[in-house]
Amino acid sequence: MTQIGLNHFLFVSVVLFCLGIFGIITRKNAVMVLMGIELILNSANINFIAFAKYGNFGYQGQMMALFVIILAAAEAAIALAIVLNIYKTFSTVNVDEIDTLKD
Amino acid sequence: MNNNNLNYLVNSLYLIKPELVISAVIVLLVLVDLIMMKNKKLLPYLSVAGLLVAAYFIIEHFETNTFAFSTGSSAGMMIVDPFGNFFKLLIVFASILVVLFSVASTEIKNSFDRHGEYYALIFGMILGMMFMVSASDLIVIYISLELVSFSSYILAGFTKRSIRNSEASLKYVIYGGISSGIMLFGISIIYGITGSTNLYEINSLIQAPQVQSLTFLLAGILIFVGIGYKISAAPFHFWTPDVYEGAPIPITAYLSIASKAAGFALLIRFIKVTFIQSIDPEGFWHLLAIIDWKTFIIIISILTMTLGNFAALWQSNMKRLLAYSSIAHAGYLLLGLAVMSNEGITAILIYFIVYAFMNLGAFFVVMLIANKIGSEELDDYKGLGYSTPFLGVSLAIFLVSLTGLPPTAGFIGKLYIFIALIDAKMIVVAVIALLNSVVSLYYYIKVLKHMFLDKAEKEIPAFTTSYSSAILLVAIVAPILIFGIYFTPIVDLAKNSITLLGF
Repeated sequence: MTQIGLNHFLFVSVVLFCLGIFGIITRKNAVMVLMGIELILNSANINFIAFAKYGNFGYQGQMMALFVIILAAAEAAIALAIVLNIYKTFSTVNVDEIDTLKD
Repeated sequence: MNNNNLNYLVNSLYLIKPELVISAVIVLLVLVDLIMMKNKKLLPYLSVAGLLVAAYFIIEHFETNTFAFSTGSSAGMMIVDPFGNFFKLLIVFASILVVLFSVASTEIKNSFDRHGEYYALIFGMILGMMFMVSASDLIVIYISLELVSFSSYILAGFTKRSIRNSEASLKYVIYGGISSGIMLFGISIIYGITGSTNLYEINSLIQAPQVQSLTFLLAGILIFVGIGYKISAAPFHFWTPDVYEGAPIPITAYLSIASKAAGFALLIRFIKVTFIQSIDPEGFWHLLAIIDWKTFIIIISILTMTLGNFAALWQSNMKRLLAYSSIAHAGYLLLGLAVMSNEGITAILIYFIVYAFMNLGAFFVVMLIANKIGSEELDDYKGLGYSTPFLGVSLAIFLVSLTGLPPTAGFIGKLYIFIALIDAKMIVVAVIALLNSVVSLYYYIKVLKHMFLDKAEKEIPAFTTSYSSAILLVAIVAPILIFGIYFTPIVDLAKNSITLLGF
């Protein structure tokens, strides 16, 4: 058995990051796009905590992760409110169909 | 030791007086809105008064040059220096004008009775931008960037009922969320390489040659995505036209000045503080070879202004046209940074003073016209120059200034950028920028042609503007004409403001 080390965490975080980007690009539903954004934020969080633990950098990394969790919650609240408002006006949350502003 | 730390904290609070004033005003605005349910007239006055107090504190400590929130020997989370104070003043100035615009805007007036929220959110943006221009730590940078973004997402869709508003806020929140997430990932990588989030500490750690430059390059570019989105540099500009067109006009004006200025201040500070190696006596910076910022920014800026100018050519909506024009201006401003010298930074500061007047003014006229005719389409502007000569001539002055023709102030702004470029022997880049200016002449003049030369399809009744709006408009037009001829004061102000802490 190999020891779980920094590289394992970094691998998970990179996979999460790529999945997030993939979700944002392929999904049409606004809520699913927002979930992709959350994945990106969480992948960065894993990075922060893994670096702080394995690099012995002190508590800055954990602190940053805490801030990011709070900001992610705030962002989700605002984004969902906006999506709700979109649903009221457009009766859809498909981002491809919301295109009244165009060249 | 504990007592000592407390002393540092208290001293830091004295340094961030303007920010404290702004925070207090946010609370006051919400309270006043709750207590005085009937009378909403007080709110704008309260906002302007708060901004004036904040401006007083900024001017009082303009020459301060120190860290705030540091513990003794280490570098702090924030910096108070003339460079940051200059941008704070610019932001406060733009905020005062935007509050006054909002009073005159029919769009905002008709949006329920939620004026308390509106002004509180604007102040949330101001607070975020003030922290942004003085941040020296990646944590503060990220949080302040998000504070600005969150407030502006809501403001972009503030009137809620309007289809355009809702769509603008959705696009803004999606693009904003993605780019700030990518930026955060970049920050986490930099933290992993250096073990610090402080820009000054990172700078001293990466002086050693064994730093992994490829990883660092990747992280640097990821962070640039976040900042580039704020200043709407290509290829991160996709949100700009849609959001600018959809958002209420005062908010569009605000996004185009204040959040762009804060983004530039952040970008300049990030690049200069983190990657500087030495500054030679002539004021040119020598950056660490880890990331070739100079080439990178030259490419981005040429791309930005070319794309902005050419896309603006076939726009038929005035707000969308100004959105593309603001992308193009971000390109010119980036050229000032690409010079990588103190002279280039001076040019950026001069340009920003001028740009604040002309762009806010242009949006103000567009708003006054939209108040009356309910449209921003260029086709509806036909014959406006005769039915309302005052607004027509003012808009003409703003647009000529945006093109950069003498004798307006816009010429001075462009002139200093070009001088900086030529002093740095970047002739080819200067020529490309000059050709871009020529392209921009076409679409600015096209607006004037619609207003003064084309006949209106249907008769527009002559309309007048209210006295308060007229006075405000004259107050914005006058500096553009005065600074075009007598520009020593803004040049002196800019030269006094290029001091960044530590350099």
